Amino acid sequence: MNNATLQRPATPKPVRLGRGKNFSADRRPGFLTYGILLAFLIGSTYPLWYSFVIGSSTGDVFSSAWPPLLPGGRFWVNVAEVFDSVDFWAALGNSLIVSSVITFSVVSFATLAGYAFAKLRFRGRQGLLVFVIATLAVPTQLGIIPMFMMMKQLGWTGSLGAIMIPTLVTAFGVFFMRQYLVDNIPDELIEAARVDGASMIGTFWHVGVPAARPAMAILSLFTFMTAWTDYLWPMLVAPQTPTLQVALSQLQSARYVDYTIVMAGALMATIPLLLLFVVAGKQLVSGIMAGAVKG
Amino acid sequence: MRRRHLRGRLDFKFSPYLYISPFFVLFALVGLFPLIYTFVVSINDWELLGGAGDWVGLDNYKAELASPLFWNSLLNTFSIFLLSAIPQLVVATFIAAMLDQNIRAKTFWRMSVLVPYVVTPVAVTLIFSTAFDEKYGLINNLLGALNLDTIAWKTDVFPSHMAIATMVNWRWTGYNALILLAAMQAVPRELHESAAIDGAGAIRRFFSITLPSIRPTMIFVIITATIGGLQIFTEPKLFNPSSSVPGGPDRQYQTTVLYLWDLAFNRGDFGRASAVAWMLFLIIIVIGVINFLISGTIASSSDKQKSRRFATRKGKK
Repeated sequence: MNNATLQRPATPKPVRLGRGKNFSADRRPGFLTYGILLAFLIGSTYPLWYSFVIGSSTGDVFSSAWPPLLPGGRFWVNVAEVFDSVDFWAALGNSLIVSSVITFSVVSFATLAGYAFAKLRFRGRQGLLVFVIATLAVPTQLGIIPMFMMMKQLGWTGSLGAIMIPTLVTAFGVFFMRQYLVDNIPDELIEAARVDGASMIGTFWHVGVPAARPAMAILSLFTFMTAWTDYLWPMLVAPQTPTLQVALSQLQSARYVDYTIVMAGALMATIPLLLLFVVAGKQLVSGIMAGAVKG
Repeated sequence: MRRRHLRGRLDFKFSPYLYISPFFVLFALVGLFPLIYTFVVSINDWELLGGAGDWVGLDNYKAELASPLFWNSLLNTFSIFLLSAIPQLVVATFIAAMLDQNIRAKTFWRMSVLVPYVVTPVAVTLIFSTAFDEKYGLINNLLGALNLDTIAWKTDVFPSHMAIATMVNWRWTGYNALILLAAMQAVPRELHESAAIDGAGAIRRFFSITLPSIRPTMIFVIITATIGGLQIFTEPKLFNPSSSVPGGPDRQYQTTVLYLWDLAFNRGDFGRASAVAWMLFLIIIVIGVINFLISGTIASSSDKQKSRRFATRKGKK
């Protein structure tokens, strides 16, 4: 599963055993399966609901012995306090800018390099590809000290640029695109374009990019999510221009923590990704099932 | 005409390098250089404010290897990792097996297990930190209502590890279930059919066919979980806001990356923090090499299965 083929696994076709007797695994499962899945679904969503219940109540909701199930009426009051404590919209804007730029950069450079590794012949290709694969294991997290020194030296700390720079390219992106393009562009198509007199970049643009589009979409989704959820580096290098994650964590760093407001903030910060999930949840699922790697 | 030919040849020769160069240039700058420079910092007596001091060789490494705080952080990291990886894998495999059946509303169920994945770690930590609050948290309230002893989630070592592992599990179990589900769906149908004809029930088939077949994916999931688990930071950092020491008043759940961060940016000892970074990097490399070896042997043995999958796919088109 390491290699990222993007096709969805073939859906099982019912196999007939004898006269009209379906193979047992193709039968619809019983209630037990749905019960288990439903329980898992409740476990998956209850913490979010819980944050809404707390985030819409006053502090005395905590004194009830049993888990509170119904929301209070103070959600917007608490949200207003979130807006008073941190500059939510600025943080949202910062997160949007940072994640979009990183996504654009990672996907463009990964497509270019992945295409070259998959379909072009050049000296040193094999060695360089092995290098890319070897660097997959290098966590950028561990380079934070010199990276921080570098940003300080350049006077870039506190800027959005400093947040973006460490993740403008990823080895995983290059590897992912290469794996996809190797199988999905026939060599004849590239040769035909060349024979027709297309330049190298023209061939890339008219043959490579259209073929790469599905993989680019999935890589974009995952890169965006990874950039959006990052906390350590943005918190370190630019706490003055907080991303949404940093702003959210600042809600909690006050000496007296009001959990109702923290919860309202947590929910507000989750809504953008929930919206993304509604729009692109299917692609996320198929991307993961195709072997996308944790960010 | 001739000039055009020349230009075409140059284009042909140099374009590939042009296409890969942005990646390599940027990666050298933000991936490779910091890594090497971390090593340079680690063999010097380097302070946040004072800058580069004397060359001290491996003294920083020796000091860290002798430091109980370093070992404490490593122990905490592995403890939290084990508490999250094992239940996560078991539950994910189970859920994947449930999803692998011919259920109705497939897409709905698949998407539903992924909901926690879109909640960012910061939000996850805040939500669970509230639920695990020692005085007023959901979980202790519930224990109290059931007349059980409440648990000191934020002060005792083992409970705090459990609480942090819970956050990790909540976010990642569904994700891993989907990866495992993909592997299960790639198991050749004929295997299940012949076993069914031979009279093997669903449970027998799960242990004798499904589990052995998804072993490579299982190993892949374990390795990625390990690498991710070794870098855990956000959850322990934000778990208890009232603690002045990151990772608990007595460092009960201070993980290695959190320790590194504290060493560098609170105490200003860049040299020793860099030594910690490099040791952690070496641990990750060792695990990466194991990954490479295992997946290498697996790749050769699973080629057959892959080509069969490819054939069926082609046949469908």
